[in-house]
Amino acid sequence: MTRKQKRLAVIGGGMSFIIAAVLLVMFAFSQSVAYFFMPADIAKADLKPGTRIRLGGLVAEGSVKRGQGSTVSFTVTDGTGNVPVTYTGILPDLFREGQGVVTEGAFDAATHGFVADSVLAKHDENYMPKEVADRLKKDGVWKEGQGPQGNQDKGVATR
Amino acid sequence: MIIEIGHYALVLALATALIVSVMPMIGARRGDMALMTLATTGSLTLFLLVTLSFGALTWAYAVSDFSVMNVWENSHSLMPMIYKYSGVWGNHEGSMMLWLLILTFFSALVAVFGRNLPETLKANVLAVQAWIATAFLFFILLTSNPFLRLNPAPAEGQDLNPVLQDLGLAIHPPLLYLGYVGFSVSFSFAVAALIDGRIDAAWARWVRPWTLAAWTCLTAGIAMGSYWAYYELGWGGWWFWDPVENASFMPWLAGTALLHSALVMEKREALKIWTVLLAIMTFSLSLLGTFLVRSGVLTSVHAFATDPTRGIFILCILALFIGGAFALFAWRAPMLKAGGIFAPISREGALVLNNLILTVATATVLTGTLYPLVLETLTGEKISVGAPFFNMTFGLLMLPLLVVVPFGPMLAWKRGDLLGAFQRLYAFAGLALLAGLAFYYAQHGGPVMAIFGLALGFWGMFGALADLWHRGGFGKAKFSVAVRRLAGLPRSAFGAAIGHFGLGVTVLGIVSATTFGTETVVEMKPGASVDAGGYSLTFDGMRDAVGPNYTESRGHFTVARGGVTVADVWSAKRLYTARRMPTTEAGILSFGASQLYVSLGDAMDGGGIVVRIWWKPFILCIWGGALVMMFGGFVSLSDRRLRVGAPSRRAKAARPRLEAAE
Repeated sequence: MTRKQKRLAVIGGGMSFIIAAVLLVMFAFSQSVAYFFMPADIAKADLKPGTRIRLGGLVAEGSVKRGQGSTVSFTVTDGTGNVPVTYTGILPDLFREGQGVVTEGAFDAATHGFVADSVLAKHDENYMPKEVADRLKKDGVWKEGQGPQGNQDKGVATR
Repeated sequence: MIIEIGHYALVLALATALIVSVMPMIGARRGDMALMTLATTGSLTLFLLVTLSFGALTWAYAVSDFSVMNVWENSHSLMPMIYKYSGVWGNHEGSMMLWLLILTFFSALVAVFGRNLPETLKANVLAVQAWIATAFLFFILLTSNPFLRLNPAPAEGQDLNPVLQDLGLAIHPPLLYLGYVGFSVSFSFAVAALIDGRIDAAWARWVRPWTLAAWTCLTAGIAMGSYWAYYELGWGGWWFWDPVENASFMPWLAGTALLHSALVMEKREALKIWTVLLAIMTFSLSLLGTFLVRSGVLTSVHAFATDPTRGIFILCILALFIGGAFALFAWRAPMLKAGGIFAPISREGALVLNNLILTVATATVLTGTLYPLVLETLTGEKISVGAPFFNMTFGLLMLPLLVVVPFGPMLAWKRGDLLGAFQRLYAFAGLALLAGLAFYYAQHGGPVMAIFGLALGFWGMFGALADLWHRGGFGKAKFSVAVRRLAGLPRSAFGAAIGHFGLGVTVLGIVSATTFGTETVVEMKPGASVDAGGYSLTFDGMRDAVGPNYTESRGHFTVARGGVTVADVWSAKRLYTARRMPTTEAGILSFGASQLYVSLGDAMDGGGIVVRIWWKPFILCIWGGALVMMFGGFVSLSDRRLRVGAPSRRAKAARPRLEAAE
């Protein structure tokens, strides 16, 4: 091989690695990205069972049912729509009725219920999952500095 | 009064930073020594002023002065003293203060240890450092002032976020920032070189210790953060590919690439332009991380408060520094002369491959982290890119790197002998495969592919040993000769081998914990038992306990193996009184490098409780490997040739030769 050919081979090798990486990223995006939905969107969206999504909203008051071993069921609501969810595992510490929640999982083909494999509440009592807060604020269901049940004792500082 | 002094010191610091930003640079242009030496005294003054300011804030926390809003919001008089101190940076304003403190600390270090740097280079570097300090001083003073007062002063504070009330807060942020912000020095060196329009091997020799120091701290900081999240959050996971984690991981990846490319530049004068670009990119990623974490575009434990003006301000800083640096690069880089020709199969070639893979991997992580943000801004559509994406892309891309790492050190500079490297390594590769097989059989269960993953970990470890083995000439020369030869090797050779060994240990831990780990979720009543990882856990019941600022109810478990009790462990549901915030305290038992991890869930009617139990074989290797890498960094730093300031003699000797060659 001449030096020019050698150089071409090296550059070609590098480029093909980069192209492979780009293709891999595109493939991974098509496989593993989860779209975010609120209960009201679910009725409109035509979701196939088994499609992974994120479902966010408020945990409906009085909807949390425990006592089936480690499986918990609850309803996610946004004021207009309701979606029943089942989850097996340990709920986050800040999971509460009337509070914001984001669940990730898919609709079950047989029961048509949403089966979540992860439930995210909040890291801190001061905020909601952002996706949920944005939407609820837009729809006027929830306002800043005031939890859905009227967060009494939290004198949130304003500056 | 002390608070006002702190505030005033910060304003003085801004004035100082402005002076250091401009004057030394003018001096460097005109060759005015007096103006150039201003950089040294100015940087030291800046550091003193920021330290004074930081000290004032710390004092307010120590004495629980709730008339300071920042203290009132994030502290509590009953909090243990250590958390009062570490709570200083457990909030937005304080963490920016820490950022600034460390930035000026590095400037001061350059000012003190850079005595042997050429005056113009030193003046320019310190001026660029001062630009960054100026930007962040403006940011703190205009949008995130920690010295605001409350009148009347509240009697009691609102307490620190309970998740942060941990020893981890005292260690993780300072270490992480030492790394993150430490890369600013490489950035400043790169920008100064571009302004100068001149760059040579001596430049790389000056930059490398700083990069290495920053990298070492960042490695420790990330590992510490990962372990903290692991034991504190009670989810049993050690890495979530959370955007905030990625924000610290990207500078680490780019910094690792920089460490290797600077080596090529120092030894062979090649890859100059690329090294400068990498130095700029690494710190840009640090700034991007600061933006992601501090602006509130993301929700996470790290995003303390959301205030849109802050986000826009940091975005402006980001655009200014990254855009400015890249523009300067585009303008000046063509003037830098390339040098050092090498064959594709050579040490340089191997390091280029390392850089290619690491930068592509960084780009992948960057894409996955930013894509949801970009998509939401453009289309309003909300998506989440989670662990599956990163595992698939990043995981696959790193595989070839892990395979080739042991080959790199075996190749000679300029032109290497791949066949020779194979001959030296095949025995070690065989051993790695055997070790993988043995490990697999000892663990029983898990996919067969795991053998290759395990072998890859051992390959990294054995490859590093092979490097030292051949350098010493074991097997060829007499044992005593080989030992003597090994002892005579430069510390940096040991540093590299130890670093690569640590990488192997981490890979081993990751593969083992993810493939052989088990997870059980069960409802347990007192007296019930569960098996995990060959141990049997018996639930003894719940007991209540009281801490200084919390109450908790603990679930006690007895752990037995083969009917013999070996240990007991408790996990708790804790309620922090001030914020009425519940947290889960995981119960963790270590057996060698493996761990049993117990986390409590909801209490059931009838006295039962949901318990989640993980068996994590060899999980400690993940962080142990990082510690080994960090140790490798320290060993390398202690090398005479790398010692900051030491290069002067060699540099001066090398200078005329280089100039003659140009």
